[in-house]
Amino acid sequence: MPEVIVPIGPHHPALKEPVNFRVIADGEKIVRLELDLSYNHRGIEKAAEQRDFIRVLPLLERVCGICSHSHSSAFAKGIEEIMQIEIPPRAQYIRTIIAELERMHSHLLWLGVAAHEIGFNTLFMWTWRDRELVQDTLEEMSGNRVHYGMNEVGGVRCDLTPHQVSTALERLPFLEERIYQYVDMVNDQQTLLLRFKGVGKLTREEVLKYGAVGPTARASGVDYDARRDDPYFVYTEVPWNVVTDTNGDVYGRTCVRIGELRESANIVRYCLENLPKGPVRVNAPKIAPEGEIFSRYEAPRGELAHFIRTNGTNKVERVDIRTPTLANWTSVAMCLVDQNLADIPVIVAAIDPCLSCTSRITLINTPGGKPGIVTFDELRKRGQTYCQEQGPP
Amino acid sequence: MAALPESISQRLVNWARIKSPWITLFNSGACNACDIEVIACLMPRFDIERFGILAKGSPRHADILIVTGHVTLKQASRLRRVWEQISEPKYVIAMGACGASAGAFHGLYHIMERVEDVIPVDVYTAGCPPRPDEIINAVVTCLNLLKEDQVHGGKEWRQNKSDEMMKPIERKVEM
Repeated sequence: MPEVIVPIGPHHPALKEPVNFRVIADGEKIVRLELDLSYNHRGIEKAAEQRDFIRVLPLLERVCGICSHSHSSAFAKGIEEIMQIEIPPRAQYIRTIIAELERMHSHLLWLGVAAHEIGFNTLFMWTWRDRELVQDTLEEMSGNRVHYGMNEVGGVRCDLTPHQVSTALERLPFLEERIYQYVDMVNDQQTLLLRFKGVGKLTREEVLKYGAVGPTARASGVDYDARRDDPYFVYTEVPWNVVTDTNGDVYGRTCVRIGELRESANIVRYCLENLPKGPVRVNAPKIAPEGEIFSRYEAPRGELAHFIRTNGTNKVERVDIRTPTLANWTSVAMCLVDQNLADIPVIVAAIDPCLSCTSRITLINTPGGKPGIVTFDELRKRGQTYCQEQGPP
Repeated sequence: MAALPESISQRLVNWARIKSPWITLFNSGACNACDIEVIACLMPRFDIERFGILAKGSPRHADILIVTGHVTLKQASRLRRVWEQISEPKYVIAMGACGASAGAFHGLYHIMERVEDVIPVDVYTAGCPPRPDEIINAVVTCLNLLKEDQVHGGKEWRQNKSDEMMKPIERKVEM
Protein backbone atom coordinates (compact mmCIF):
# COMPACT_ATOMS: atom_id res chain seq x y z
CA MET A 1 0.00 0.00 0.00
CA PRO A 2 1.37 3.44 -0.88
CA GLU A 3 2.31 5.79 1.91
CA VAL A 4 -0.13 8.59 2.66
CA ILE A 5 0.72 11.98 4.11
CA VAL A 6 -1.77 13.05 6.78
CA PRO A 7 -1.38 16.74 7.56
CA ILE A 8 -2.49 17.84 11.03
CA GLY A 9 -2.54 21.49 12.02
CA PRO A 10 -1.66 24.30 12.50
CA HIS A 11 -5.30 24.88 13.44
CA HIS A 12 -6.88 21.59 14.39
CA PRO A 13 -9.53 20.57 16.93
CA ALA A 14 -7.15 18.12 18.60
CA LEU A 15 -4.41 20.70 18.97
CA LYS A 16 -4.40 23.40 21.58
CA GLU A 17 -1.46 25.17 20.06
CA PRO A 18 -0.30 25.77 16.50
CA VAL A 19 1.99 23.04 15.23
CA ASN A 20 2.08 21.24 11.94
CA PHE A 21 2.50 17.47 11.86
CA ARG A 22 3.02 15.68 8.59
CA VAL A 23 2.32 12.10 9.52
CA ILE A 24 3.44 9.66 6.86
CA ALA A 25 1.20 6.65 7.30
CA ASP A 26 0.97 3.21 5.76
CA GLY A 27 -2.66 2.27 6.30
CA GLU A 28 -3.27 2.70 10.02
CA LYS A 29 0.41 2.50 10.98
CA ILE A 30 2.65 5.50 11.27
CA VAL A 31 5.85 5.32 9.25
CA ARG A 32 7.42 8.69 9.99
CA LEU A 33 6.62 12.06 11.54
CA GLU A 34 7.69 15.44 10.24
CA LEU A 35 7.24 18.53 12.35
CA ASP A 36 6.99 22.26 11.86
CA LEU A 37 7.26 24.05 15.19
CA SER A 38 7.81 27.59 14.08
CA TYR A 39 4.29 29.05 14.28
CA ASN A 40 4.80 30.54 17.73
CA HIS A 41 8.20 32.03 17.15
CA ARG A 42 8.32 35.51 18.62
CA GLY A 43 11.99 36.32 19.02
CA ILE A 44 12.12 36.55 22.80
CA GLU A 45 15.82 35.75 23.03
CA LYS A 46 16.62 38.76 20.86
CA ALA A 47 14.28 41.01 22.80
CA ALA A 48 15.84 39.89 26.09
CA GLU A 49 19.15 41.35 24.96
CA GLN A 50 17.61 44.81 24.75
CA ARG A 51 15.99 44.98 28.19
CA ASP A 52 17.56 45.47 31.59
CA PHE A 53 17.29 42.88 34.35
CA ILE A 54 14.15 44.40 35.85
CA ARG A 55 12.27 44.40 32.56
CA VAL A 56 13.56 41.12 31.22
CA LEU A 57 11.99 38.95 33.94
CA PRO A 58 8.36 39.72 33.00
CA LEU A 59 9.27 39.05 29.37
CA LEU A 60 10.89 35.69 30.13
CA GLU A 61 7.95 34.77 32.32
CA ARG A 62 5.79 35.04 29.23
CA VAL A 63 7.81 32.50 27.28
CA CYS A 64 5.23 30.02 28.47
CA GLY A 65 2.00 30.48 30.35
CA ILE A 66 2.06 27.15 32.16
CA CYS A 67 5.64 27.07 33.43
CA SER A 68 6.05 30.81 33.81
CA HIS A 69 7.73 30.63 37.22
CA SER A 70 10.29 28.18 35.84
CA HIS A 71 11.61 30.57 33.22
CA SER A 72 11.91 33.56 35.50
CA SER A 73 13.44 31.41 38.26
CA ALA A 74 16.02 29.89 35.96
CA PHE A 75 17.03 33.34 34.75
CA ALA A 76 17.02 35.00 38.18
CA LYS A 77 19.01 32.09 39.63
CA GLY A 78 21.65 32.43 36.92
CA ILE A 79 21.97 36.19 37.16
CA GLU A 80 22.23 36.02 40.95
CA GLU A 81 25.06 33.54 40.58
CA ILE A 82 26.88 35.89 38.20
CA MET A 83 26.33 38.84 40.53
CA GLN A 84 27.42 36.62 43.44
CA ILE A 85 24.54 37.61 45.67
CA GLU A 86 22.99 35.26 48.17
CA ILE A 87 19.23 35.56 48.39
CA PRO A 88 17.61 35.29 51.85
CA PRO A 89 16.34 31.85 52.98
CA ARG A 90 12.73 33.05 53.20
CA ALA A 91 12.86 34.06 49.53
CA GLN A 92 14.31 30.64 48.67
CA TYR A 93 11.44 28.95 50.47
CA ILE A 94 8.80 31.12 48.80
CA ARG A 95 10.31 30.42 45.37
CA THR A 96 10.20 26.70 46.13
CA ILE A 97 6.57 26.89 47.25
CA ILE A 98 5.53 28.68 44.06
CA ALA A 99 7.60 26.30 41.94
CA GLU A 100 5.99 23.21 43.46
CA LEU A 101 2.49 24.68 43.29
CA GLU A 102 3.19 25.38 39.64
CA ARG A 103 4.27 21.77 39.16
CA MET A 104 1.03 20.62 40.78
CA HIS A 105 -1.12 22.81 38.58
CA SER A 106 0.79 21.77 35.47
CA HIS A 107 0.56 18.03 36.22
CA LEU A 108 -3.15 18.26 37.07
CA LEU A 109 -3.66 20.14 33.81
CA TRP A 110 -1.71 17.47 31.95
CA LEU A 111 -3.67 14.61 33.49
CA GLY A 112 -6.88 16.29 32.37
CA VAL A 113 -5.63 16.90 28.85
CA ALA A 114 -4.36 13.32 28.51
CA ALA A 115 -7.73 12.02 29.69
CA HIS A 116 -9.47 14.33 27.22
CA GLU A 117 -7.34 13.01 24.36
CA ILE A 118 -8.58 9.46 25.00
CA GLY A 119 -12.16 10.67 25.37
CA PHE A 120 -12.35 10.25 29.14
CA ASN A 121 -13.88 13.63 29.85
CA THR A 122 -14.96 12.85 33.41
CA LEU A 123 -11.36 12.77 34.56
CA PHE A 124 -10.70 15.92 32.53
CA MET A 125 -13.39 17.78 34.47
CA TRP A 126 -12.30 16.36 37.83
CA THR A 127 -8.64 17.25 37.53
CA TRP A 128 -9.39 20.74 36.28
CA ARG A 129 -11.81 21.26 39.15
CA ASP A 130 -9.11 20.27 41.64
CA ARG A 131 -6.60 22.41 39.82
CA GLU A 132 -8.70 25.45 40.69
CA LEU A 133 -7.71 24.93 44.34
CA VAL A 134 -4.05 25.20 43.41
CA GLN A 135 -4.86 28.24 41.28
CA ASP A 136 -6.64 29.84 44.23
CA THR A 137 -3.57 29.33 46.41
CA LEU A 138 -1.33 30.83 43.76
CA GLU A 139 -3.67 33.75 43.29
CA GLU A 140 -3.75 34.48 47.01
CA MET A 141 0.02 34.37 47.24
CA SER A 142 0.97 36.31 44.12
CA GLY A 143 -2.17 38.10 42.96
CA ASN A 144 -2.28 36.32 39.62
CA ARG A 145 -3.63 33.02 38.42
CA VAL A 146 -1.18 32.36 35.65
CA HIS A 147 1.76 34.77 35.40
CA TYR A 148 2.71 35.09 39.05
CA GLY A 149 5.49 37.64 38.72
CA MET A 150 6.97 36.52 42.02
CA ASN A 151 10.63 36.58 41.06
CA GLU A 152 12.95 39.51 41.21
CA VAL A 153 16.69 39.56 40.87
CA GLY A 154 17.64 39.34 44.55
CA GLY A 155 14.57 37.65 45.99
CA VAL A 156 10.81 37.60 45.58
CA ARG A 157 8.39 40.45 45.05
CA CYS A 158 6.03 39.91 47.97
CA ASP A 159 6.01 38.16 51.31
CA LEU A 160 3.56 35.51 52.50
CA THR A 161 1.27 36.50 55.35
CA PRO A 162 0.43 33.97 58.12
CA HIS A 163 -3.15 33.92 56.83
CA GLN A 164 -2.01 32.92 53.34
CA VAL A 165 0.13 30.16 54.80
CA SER A 166 -2.71 28.76 56.92
CA THR A 167 -5.27 28.78 54.09
CA ALA A 168 -2.78 27.10 51.77
CA LEU A 169 -2.16 24.41 54.39
CA GLU A 170 -5.90 23.89 54.82
CA ARG A 171 -6.31 23.14 51.11
CA LEU A 172 -3.57 20.50 50.97
CA PRO A 173 -5.34 17.54 52.69
CA PHE A 174 -8.24 17.65 50.22
CA LEU A 175 -5.85 17.84 47.28
CA GLU A 176 -3.85 14.90 48.60
CA GLU A 177 -6.99 12.88 49.03
CA ARG A 178 -7.90 13.60 45.43
CA ILE A 179 -4.41 12.66 44.24
CA TYR A 180 -4.77 9.26 45.95
CA GLN A 181 -8.05 8.84 44.09
CA TYR A 182 -6.28 9.50 40.80
CA VAL A 183 -3.71 6.84 41.66
CA ASP A 184 -6.56 4.37 42.16
CA MET A 185 -8.26 5.50 38.97
CA VAL A 186 -5.16 5.09 36.83
CA ASN A 187 -4.60 1.59 38.18
CA ASP A 188 -8.23 0.41 38.08
CA GLN A 189 -10.02 2.10 35.21
CA GLN A 190 -10.06 -0.08 32.11
CA THR A 191 -10.56 2.99 29.89
CA LEU A 192 -7.23 4.40 30.99
CA LEU A 193 -5.33 1.13 31.09
CA LEU A 194 -6.38 0.06 27.60
CA ARG A 195 -5.37 3.35 26.03
CA PHE A 196 -2.22 4.00 28.11
CA LYS A 197 -0.53 0.62 28.52
CA GLY A 198 2.02 -0.30 25.88
CA VAL A 199 1.39 2.89 23.88
CA GLY A 200 4.37 5.01 22.90
CA LYS A 201 6.98 2.81 24.49
CA LEU A 202 10.51 4.10 24.99
CA THR A 203 13.30 1.98 26.41
CA ARG A 204 15.96 3.35 28.74
CA GLU A 205 18.57 3.19 25.95
CA GLU A 206 16.33 5.11 23.53
CA VAL A 207 15.67 7.80 26.12
CA LEU A 208 19.39 8.26 26.70
CA LYS A 209 20.08 8.20 22.95
CA TYR A 210 17.48 10.82 22.01
CA GLY A 211 18.06 12.98 25.10
CA ALA A 212 14.55 13.00 26.55
CA VAL A 213 14.16 14.79 29.87
CA GLY A 214 11.74 15.09 32.74
CA PRO A 215 8.83 12.69 33.37
CA THR A 216 9.33 11.20 29.89
CA ALA A 217 12.82 10.07 30.85
CA ARG A 218 11.95 9.12 34.41
CA ALA A 219 9.12 6.90 33.18
CA SER A 220 11.70 4.79 31.35
CA GLY A 221 13.81 4.28 34.43
CA VAL A 222 16.32 7.12 33.99
CA ASP A 223 16.89 8.33 37.52
CA TYR A 224 17.64 11.95 36.78
CA ASP A 225 16.18 15.11 38.26
CA ALA A 226 17.86 18.52 38.21
CA ARG A 227 16.36 19.28 41.61
CA ARG A 228 18.46 16.52 43.16
CA ASP A 229 21.46 16.33 40.81
CA ASP A 230 22.11 20.05 40.51
CA PRO A 231 20.33 21.36 43.60
CA TYR A 232 19.00 24.88 43.83
CA PHE A 233 16.59 26.72 46.14
CA VAL A 234 15.93 24.54 49.20
CA TYR A 235 15.65 21.09 47.64
CA THR A 236 18.61 19.85 49.68
CA GLU A 237 16.85 20.71 52.96
CA VAL A 238 13.43 19.33 52.09
CA PRO A 239 12.84 15.56 52.33
CA TRP A 240 11.57 14.32 48.97
CA ASN A 241 12.17 11.53 46.46
CA VAL A 242 12.68 11.34 42.73
CA VAL A 243 9.79 9.39 41.22
CA THR A 244 10.72 6.88 38.57
CA ASP A 245 8.93 4.11 36.74
CA THR A 246 10.02 1.26 34.53
CA ASN A 247 7.05 0.96 32.18
CA GLY A 248 8.30 3.50 29.66
CA ASP A 249 4.91 3.98 28.03
CA VAL A 250 2.16 6.56 28.47
CA TYR A 251 0.98 4.66 31.54
CA GLY A 252 4.44 5.01 33.09
CA ARG A 253 4.50 8.74 32.39
CA THR A 254 1.11 9.08 34.06
CA CYS A 255 2.35 7.19 37.12
CA VAL A 256 5.45 9.40 37.34
CA ARG A 257 3.40 12.58 37.12
CA ILE A 258 0.90 11.44 39.75
CA GLY A 259 3.80 10.42 41.99
CA GLU A 260 5.32 13.86 41.51
CA LEU A 261 2.00 15.43 42.47
CA ARG A 262 2.25 13.69 45.83
CA GLU A 263 5.88 14.67 46.29
CA SER A 264 5.06 18.29 45.38
CA ALA A 265 2.25 18.39 47.91
CA ASN A 266 4.69 17.14 50.55
CA ILE A 267 7.33 19.70 49.58
CA VAL A 268 4.77 22.52 49.71
CA ARG A 269 3.60 21.39 53.13
CA TYR A 270 7.15 21.14 54.49
CA CYS A 271 8.09 24.58 53.13
CA LEU A 272 4.93 26.22 54.45
CA GLU A 273 5.43 24.70 57.91
CA ASN A 274 9.14 25.49 58.11
CA LEU A 275 9.06 28.96 56.53
CA PRO A 276 12.01 30.86 58.08
CA LYS A 277 11.64 34.45 59.20
CA GLY A 278 13.51 37.36 57.70
CA PRO A 279 13.59 39.59 54.64
CA VAL A 280 12.37 38.35 51.25
CA ARG A 281 14.84 40.19 49.05
CA VAL A 282 18.18 41.88 49.00
CA ASN A 283 19.13 44.89 46.93
CA ALA A 284 20.72 43.58 43.79
CA PRO A 285 23.24 45.65 41.82
CA LYS A 286 21.95 47.15 38.58
CA ILE A 287 24.95 45.91 36.63
CA ALA A 288 26.16 42.35 36.32
CA PRO A 289 29.89 41.65 35.88
CA GLU A 290 31.16 39.88 32.82
CA GLY A 291 30.43 36.19 32.96
CA GLU A 292 28.74 33.12 31.60
CA ILE A 293 26.36 30.79 33.37
CA PHE A 294 24.43 27.68 32.48
CA SER A 295 21.44 27.70 34.77
CA ARG A 296 19.53 24.44 35.07
CA TYR A 297 16.05 24.13 36.49
CA GLU A 298 13.58 21.25 36.72
CA ALA A 299 10.43 22.64 35.14
CA PRO A 300 7.22 20.55 35.29
CA ARG A 301 8.01 19.14 31.85
CA GLY A 302 11.67 18.39 32.45
CA GLU A 303 15.00 20.04 32.60
CA LEU A 304 15.00 23.67 31.51
CA ALA A 305 18.31 25.35 30.78
CA HIS A 306 19.11 29.02 30.42
CA PHE A 307 22.51 29.94 29.08
CA ILE A 308 23.25 33.52 30.07
CA ARG A 309 26.23 35.64 29.05
CA THR A 310 26.69 39.09 30.53
CA ASN A 311 29.11 41.78 29.46
CA GLY A 312 29.35 44.16 32.40
CA THR A 313 26.24 46.20 31.54
CA ASN A 314 22.68 46.14 32.87
CA LYS A 315 21.61 43.92 29.98
CA VAL A 316 22.46 40.38 29.01
CA GLU A 317 24.62 39.86 25.97
CA ARG A 318 22.98 36.56 25.11
CA VAL A 319 20.35 34.38 26.66
CA ASP A 320 19.65 31.00 25.15
CA ILE A 321 16.63 29.08 26.33
CA ARG A 322 16.54 25.33 25.88
CA THR A 323 13.14 24.10 26.90
CA PRO A 324 12.21 20.55 27.94
CA THR A 325 9.70 20.15 25.11
CA LEU A 326 12.40 20.77 22.52
CA ALA A 327 14.47 17.99 24.09
CA ASN A 328 11.50 15.64 24.06
CA TRP A 329 10.32 16.05 20.45
CA THR A 330 12.88 13.64 19.02
CA SER A 331 11.73 10.88 21.34
CA VAL A 332 8.11 11.51 20.32
CA ALA A 333 8.97 11.25 16.64
CA MET A 334 10.76 7.98 17.39
CA CYS A 335 8.13 6.35 19.57
CA LEU A 336 5.33 7.20 17.12
CA VAL A 337 6.79 4.84 14.54
CA ASP A 338 4.68 1.68 14.12
CA GLN A 339 1.90 3.02 16.34
CA ASN A 340 -1.72 3.49 15.34
CA LEU A 341 -2.83 6.78 13.81
CA ALA A 342 -5.49 7.11 16.50
CA ASP A 343 -2.82 7.10 19.20
CA ILE A 344 -1.11 10.28 17.94
CA PRO A 345 -2.96 12.67 20.29
CA VAL A 346 -2.23 10.71 23.43
CA ILE A 347 1.42 9.99 22.57
CA VAL A 348 2.06 13.61 21.69
CA ALA A 349 0.21 14.75 24.81
CA ALA A 350 2.25 12.33 26.93
CA ILE A 351 5.32 14.55 26.82
CA ASP A 352 3.11 17.51 27.80
CA PRO A 353 4.16 19.55 24.77
CA CYS A 354 4.43 23.27 25.23
CA LEU A 355 4.89 24.79 21.82
CA SER A 356 5.14 28.41 22.79
CA CYS A 357 8.40 27.56 24.60
CA THR A 358 9.69 25.45 21.81
CA SER A 359 9.15 27.46 18.66
CA ARG A 360 12.22 27.70 16.54
CA ILE A 361 12.39 29.35 13.18
CA THR A 362 12.58 27.34 9.98
CA LEU A 363 14.64 28.54 7.08
CA ILE A 364 12.63 28.98 3.89
CA ASN A 365 14.66 29.21 0.73
CA THR A 366 12.55 31.91 -0.92
CA PRO A 367 13.21 31.16 -4.61
CA GLY A 368 12.31 27.49 -4.13
CA GLY A 369 9.83 28.14 -1.35
CA LYS A 370 10.82 24.96 0.43
CA PRO A 371 11.93 24.61 4.03
CA GLY A 372 15.47 23.40 4.41
CA ILE A 373 18.09 22.53 6.96
CA VAL A 374 21.35 24.41 7.36
CA THR A 375 24.18 22.19 8.51
CA PHE A 376 26.77 23.43 10.96
CA ASP A 377 29.46 23.61 8.27
CA GLU A 378 27.25 25.73 5.99
CA LEU A 379 26.48 28.06 8.88
CA ARG A 380 30.18 28.34 9.66
CA LYS A 381 31.03 29.09 6.04
CA ARG A 382 28.28 31.68 5.88
CA GLY A 383 29.64 33.33 9.02
CA GLN A 384 33.15 33.37 7.60
CA THR A 385 32.09 34.95 4.30
CA TYR A 386 29.94 37.48 6.19
CA CYS A 387 32.92 38.45 8.35
CA GLN A 388 35.20 38.71 5.33
CA GLU A 389 32.74 40.99 3.57
CA GLN A 390 32.34 43.15 6.65
CA GLY A 391 36.09 43.51 7.08
CA PRO A 392 37.87 43.89 10.41
CA PRO A 393 35.83 45.60 13.14
CA MET B 1 -29.04 43.11 5.28
CA ALA B 2 -32.64 43.97 6.14
CA ALA B 3 -33.30 46.49 8.88
CA LEU B 4 -35.39 44.07 10.92
CA PRO B 5 -35.55 40.30 10.56
CA GLU B 6 -38.97 39.59 9.21
CA SER B 7 -39.47 35.92 8.57
CA ILE B 8 -40.25 33.63 11.48
CA SER B 9 -37.42 31.28 10.63
CA GLN B 10 -34.94 34.18 10.72
CA ARG B 11 -36.30 35.30 14.10
CA LEU B 12 -35.93 31.77 15.40
CA VAL B 13 -32.33 31.65 14.20
CA ASN B 14 -31.57 34.97 15.89
CA TRP B 15 -33.12 33.82 19.13
CA ALA B 16 -31.11 30.59 19.05
CA ARG B 17 -27.94 32.48 18.28
CA ILE B 18 -28.30 34.63 21.37
CA LYS B 19 -29.21 31.69 23.58
CA SER B 20 -26.31 29.56 22.49
CA PRO B 21 -23.22 31.24 21.07
CA TRP B 22 -20.49 28.82 20.04
CA ILE B 23 -16.91 29.90 20.40
CA THR B 24 -13.75 28.76 18.71
CA LEU B 25 -10.31 29.36 20.07
CA PHE B 26 -7.42 30.39 17.88
CA ASN B 27 -3.91 30.45 19.26
CA SER B 28 -2.24 33.07 17.11
CA GLY B 29 1.15 32.60 18.75
CA ALA B 30 0.25 33.23 22.36
CA CYS B 31 2.10 31.99 25.42
CA ASN B 32 -0.59 29.44 26.44
CA ALA B 33 -1.75 31.49 29.41
CA CYS B 34 -4.88 32.81 27.68
CA ASP B 35 -5.58 29.34 26.29
CA ILE B 36 -5.58 27.65 29.67
CA GLU B 37 -7.79 30.38 31.07
CA VAL B 38 -10.30 29.87 28.26
CA ILE B 39 -10.28 26.13 28.91
CA ALA B 40 -10.65 26.84 32.63
CA CYS B 41 -13.92 28.59 31.69
CA LEU B 42 -15.30 25.27 30.48
CA MET B 43 -14.50 23.57 33.77
CA PRO B 44 -16.87 22.93 36.71
CA ARG B 45 -15.83 26.08 38.60
CA PHE B 46 -16.90 28.55 35.91
CA ASP B 47 -18.83 26.20 33.63
CA ILE B 48 -19.82 28.46 30.75
CA GLU B 49 -21.85 25.67 29.23
CA ARG B 50 -24.68 26.60 31.57
CA PHE B 51 -25.05 29.79 29.50
CA GLY B 52 -25.17 27.74 26.31
CA ILE B 53 -21.64 28.72 25.38
CA LEU B 54 -19.91 25.80 23.72
CA ALA B 55 -16.31 25.52 22.58
CA LYS B 56 -16.01 24.16 19.07
CA GLY B 57 -13.01 22.93 17.18
CA SER B 58 -14.08 23.97 13.71
CA PRO B 59 -14.43 27.65 12.84
CA ARG B 60 -17.32 26.79 10.53
CA HIS B 61 -19.45 25.90 13.55
CA ALA B 62 -18.60 28.98 15.54
CA ASP B 63 -20.17 32.39 16.07
CA ILE B 64 -17.42 33.95 18.16
CA LEU B 65 -13.71 33.71 17.48
CA ILE B 66 -11.44 34.16 20.48
CA VAL B 67 -7.95 35.15 19.41
CA THR B 68 -5.45 34.54 22.16
CA GLY B 69 -2.48 36.78 22.08
CA HIS B 70 -0.47 38.72 19.57
CA VAL B 71 -0.27 37.48 16.00
CA THR B 72 3.03 36.09 14.82
CA LEU B 73 3.88 36.81 11.20
CA LYS B 74 3.55 33.15 10.30
CA GLN B 75 0.13 32.83 11.93
CA ALA B 76 -1.31 36.04 10.41
CA SER B 77 -2.41 34.45 7.13
CA ARG B 78 -3.81 31.44 9.01
CA LEU B 79 -5.79 33.69 11.33
CA ARG B 80 -7.23 35.50 8.35
CA ARG B 81 -8.20 32.20 6.74
CA VAL B 82 -9.86 30.90 9.91
CA TRP B 83 -11.77 34.17 10.28
CA GLU B 84 -12.98 33.94 6.68
CA GLN B 85 -14.33 30.45 7.35
CA ILE B 86 -16.67 31.61 10.10
CA SER B 87 -20.15 32.30 8.78
CA GLU B 88 -21.85 35.66 9.34
CA PRO B 89 -22.68 37.15 11.80
CA LYS B 90 -19.28 36.64 13.35
CA TYR B 91 -17.67 38.33 16.30
CA VAL B 92 -14.05 38.49 17.39
CA ILE B 93 -12.71 38.78 20.92
CA ALA B 94 -9.06 39.75 21.26
CA MET B 95 -7.72 38.43 24.52
CA GLY B 96 -5.52 40.28 26.90
CA ALA B 97 -2.86 42.90 26.58
CA CYS B 98 -1.26 41.02 23.70
CA GLY B 99 -4.42 41.15 21.59
CA ALA B 100 -4.69 44.89 22.04
CA SER B 101 -1.10 46.02 21.73
CA ALA B 102 1.22 42.97 21.90
CA GLY B 103 1.71 43.59 25.63
CA ALA B 104 5.10 42.45 26.90
CA PHE B 105 6.08 41.51 23.36
CA HIS B 106 5.66 45.01 21.95
CA GLY B 107 8.26 45.67 19.29
CA LEU B 108 9.53 42.12 18.73
CA TYR B 109 10.63 41.27 15.21
CA HIS B 110 8.32 38.39 14.42
CA ILE B 111 4.93 39.67 15.58
CA MET B 112 2.20 42.00 14.37
CA GLU B 113 1.40 44.70 16.89
CA ARG B 114 -2.36 44.16 17.10
CA VAL B 115 -4.97 41.60 16.17
CA GLU B 116 -6.87 44.44 14.51
CA ASP B 117 -4.15 44.68 11.88
CA VAL B 118 -5.28 41.28 10.59
CA ILE B 119 -9.01 40.99 11.29
CA PRO B 120 -11.64 43.36 12.71
CA VAL B 121 -12.05 43.04 16.48
CA ASP B 122 -15.34 43.62 18.31
CA VAL B 123 -14.43 43.19 21.97
CA TYR B 124 -11.17 43.56 23.86
CA THR B 125 -10.53 42.03 27.27
CA ALA B 126 -7.98 43.43 29.66
CA GLY B 127 -5.44 41.46 31.63
CA CYS B 128 -2.40 39.30 31.17
CA PRO B 129 -4.07 36.85 30.99
CA PRO B 130 -7.72 37.87 31.59
CA ARG B 131 -9.39 35.94 34.39
CA PRO B 132 -12.12 33.45 33.37
CA ASP B 133 -14.74 35.86 34.77
CA GLU B 134 -13.54 38.51 32.38
CA ILE B 135 -13.67 36.10 29.46
CA ILE B 136 -17.28 35.29 30.29
CA ASN B 137 -17.94 39.01 30.52
CA ALA B 138 -16.43 39.50 27.08
CA VAL B 139 -18.66 36.82 25.58
CA VAL B 140 -21.72 38.40 27.22
CA THR B 141 -20.67 41.79 25.82
CA CYS B 142 -20.49 40.15 22.42
CA LEU B 143 -24.03 38.87 22.86
CA ASN B 144 -25.27 42.36 23.69
CA LEU B 145 -23.58 43.65 20.56
CA LEU B 146 -25.25 40.85 18.60
CA LYS B 147 -28.67 41.89 19.92
CA GLU B 148 -28.12 45.52 19.02
CA ASP B 149 -26.75 44.59 15.63
CA GLN B 150 -29.92 42.61 14.93
CA VAL B 151 -31.98 45.71 15.71
CA HIS B 152 -29.81 47.94 13.54
CA GLY B 153 -29.45 45.33 10.80
CA GLY B 154 -25.69 44.92 10.64
CA LYS B 155 -22.47 46.09 12.16
CA GLU B 156 -22.21 49.36 10.22
CA TRP B 157 -24.04 51.48 12.81
CA ARG B 158 -21.28 50.90 15.32
CA GLN B 159 -18.63 52.18 12.96
CA ASN B 160 -20.67 55.34 12.36
CA LYS B 161 -21.21 55.71 16.07
CA SER B 162 -17.53 55.44 16.80
CA ASP B 163 -16.95 58.13 14.12
CA GLU B 164 -19.40 60.38 15.90
CA MET B 165 -17.66 59.72 19.18
CA MET B 166 -14.38 60.69 17.63
CA LYS B 167 -15.67 64.09 16.40
CA PRO B 168 -15.79 65.99 19.73
CA ILE B 169 -12.22 64.95 20.43
CA GLU B 170 -11.12 66.36 17.09
CA ARG B 171 -12.90 69.62 17.85
CA LYS B 172 -11.13 69.83 21.16
CA VAL B 173 -7.81 69.44 19.43
CA GLU B 174 -8.67 72.28 17.05
CA MET B 175 -9.54 74.62 19.89
